[in-house]
Amino acid sequence: MMAEADSRKVLCEPPKSRLPVESPLCPGCQHGVIGRILGEVIDELGIQGDTICIAGVGCHAMILFTTNVDFLQALHGRAPGIGTGVKRGLNGKKIVFTVQGDGDLASIGMGDIIHAAIRGEKLTVIFCNNSAYGTTGGQMAPTTLVGQSTTTSPGGRQYESAGFPVHIAELLATFPGVAYSARCAVTSLAEYAKTKKALKTAFQKQIDGVGLSIVEILSACPPSLKLNSVKAVEWIKEHMMAEFPLGEFKNVDETLPAYILKGS
Amino acid sequence: MGKKILVSGNEAVGYGAIYAGCTHYFGYPITPQNEVIEFFAREFPKIGRSFLQADSEVSSINMVGGAAAAGVRAMTTTSSTAFSLMQEGLSAIAAMEVPCVVVDVQRGGPGAGSTQHAQMDYLLATRGSHGDYFNMVLAPFSVQETFETIQLAFHLADKYRHPVLVLTDGIMGQMEESVDLKTVEFEPLPEKDWAVTGSRERGLKRNFLHNSPGILGFMTGDTYRSNLERSYAKYKRMKDTEVRYQAKDLDDAEIILIAYGSTARVTARAQYEARAEGLKVGMIRPITLWPFPTDIIKKYAEKVKGFIVVEDTMGQMVEDVKCVVAEKTEVHLVGFLDRHLPTSTGMILPDVVLNRIKAVA
Repeated sequence: MMAEADSRKVLCEPPKSRLPVESPLCPGCQHGVIGRILGEVIDELGIQGDTICIAGVGCHAMILFTTNVDFLQALHGRAPGIGTGVKRGLNGKKIVFTVQGDGDLASIGMGDIIHAAIRGEKLTVIFCNNSAYGTTGGQMAPTTLVGQSTTTSPGGRQYESAGFPVHIAELLATFPGVAYSARCAVTSLAEYAKTKKALKTAFQKQIDGVGLSIVEILSACPPSLKLNSVKAVEWIKEHMMAEFPLGEFKNVDETLPAYILKGS
Repeated sequence: MGKKILVSGNEAVGYGAIYAGCTHYFGYPITPQNEVIEFFAREFPKIGRSFLQADSEVSSINMVGGAAAAGVRAMTTTSSTAFSLMQEGLSAIAAMEVPCVVVDVQRGGPGAGSTQHAQMDYLLATRGSHGDYFNMVLAPFSVQETFETIQLAFHLADKYRHPVLVLTDGIMGQMEESVDLKTVEFEPLPEKDWAVTGSRERGLKRNFLHNSPGILGFMTGDTYRSNLERSYAKYKRMKDTEVRYQAKDLDDAEIILIAYGSTARVTARAQYEARAEGLKVGMIRPITLWPFPTDIIKKYAEKVKGFIVVEDTMGQMVEDVKCVVAEKTEVHLVGFLDRHLPTSTGMILPDVVLNRIKAVA
């Protein structure tokens, strides 16, 4: 019970675009931190009233409970298609972002995101990579590390049969239509600041009409990892970052084709 | 009277969309509907509307859902094999209560089947995919009616916030007839105040569209049960007010023919010839396949010697007719096996229908 006379001072208000509700996420889940950063970026860019969020299916979609912007839910992996429809339906005049998890984006929705990148769709993609299917109970994802135990890779992922973790930020950076691609983490205040800067840049690329922008964010999922909150963050630093290096893989101010056939 | 042009059924879909005020088209090539996507690619940019070739029909239906959720009139067209790919998206669109139009220019199945005509998507279209929902399904039988049906489809979609399907087929799509280009007038529609357009003009009060009534229904004040009750109340209103069909010579009929789309043209010919020979034959042509015109069939079920359903399948719509007739009289099928050739180009011709009429009479 909170004492009636609370002597604590508020040093930092929550973002205005964050709804005043409790987080529905598990203790130690870092998706909530990502939601907070998103709120700060939306506030600072002043785009709350002009933004539409498309959430995929998974824990990342819980952002819908806390982020006060127009919202549309997509089916598993289909957020880029839905987002394309919304963006073009509004004639490119509004800001549209998707928030997708690693099962959603990198497995069932891989074709959808690749083709959004091929088209250089003016969308911003927040890709929460927690190396497993959190919502369904911690199964193997395309991003699961080799050797990582999950409920569908009980002895650890075997690359001989289950292949290798997919690197989305590097992959999408190879497409001419992608304006910005970065991988970030929220394992410390310093990383938090870098993630915020990356997300702000990503939105700016969309505002400037350059191309698709994506920020992959490593996010701890303590229940999937069967670790407590602190150890889950340590696990990200020690193992996930070994597989998935942080950094900016693409940052361009215009997207152009390598070759144009003329006179056709 | 508007301008008269000679066009194919597939192009009439495009003209219908233009006259309906459709602004966004998303599609993917597949035979026998390629003239439709090519029409939109050619004509839409000229008049400042949006065309996009999607990476698959899985994507095109989701793009349609997104654009429609943003409040514009959006559509896609496809054919059977790929209509299957759209089922996931259609179920979600019905759950989101977003209005849009999908045209299925039917080809043969199962699988990749054939690239020719067939009417084998009847059950899939009228029953929908997973979960409790129905599509509204319209079936024109001429190029002129195709043009007008697209306009009606957009109106009904907006009226009910629901996906509306238009079923044609390879024959309907490829044949050419004259079309009188005119805008069909409808009753006024409510504003789309539910659309996700950004909340600035709503004082940051957000709009929220979802496809999971049993998970996120509470966000909009629903329970799972109240959500499905509400949608089924909507389906009841559709059944009560939107059933459309064309009936001919029923009053003294001893045999009633039932057919839609391209086979209705063949069947109408057979009915005409039967009357010319003095046979008391009538015809019902369902225009809405869902909601199905059950009342008119029920009305004659105890009066006639039999119904003959003519459809280019092994028997799909005939099951709906049997269900309504409830064994009060005979129900016969003139179907796929009555085609004049065993190949994919085989067609049900008027003679085979006329012969069956004589056999039943």
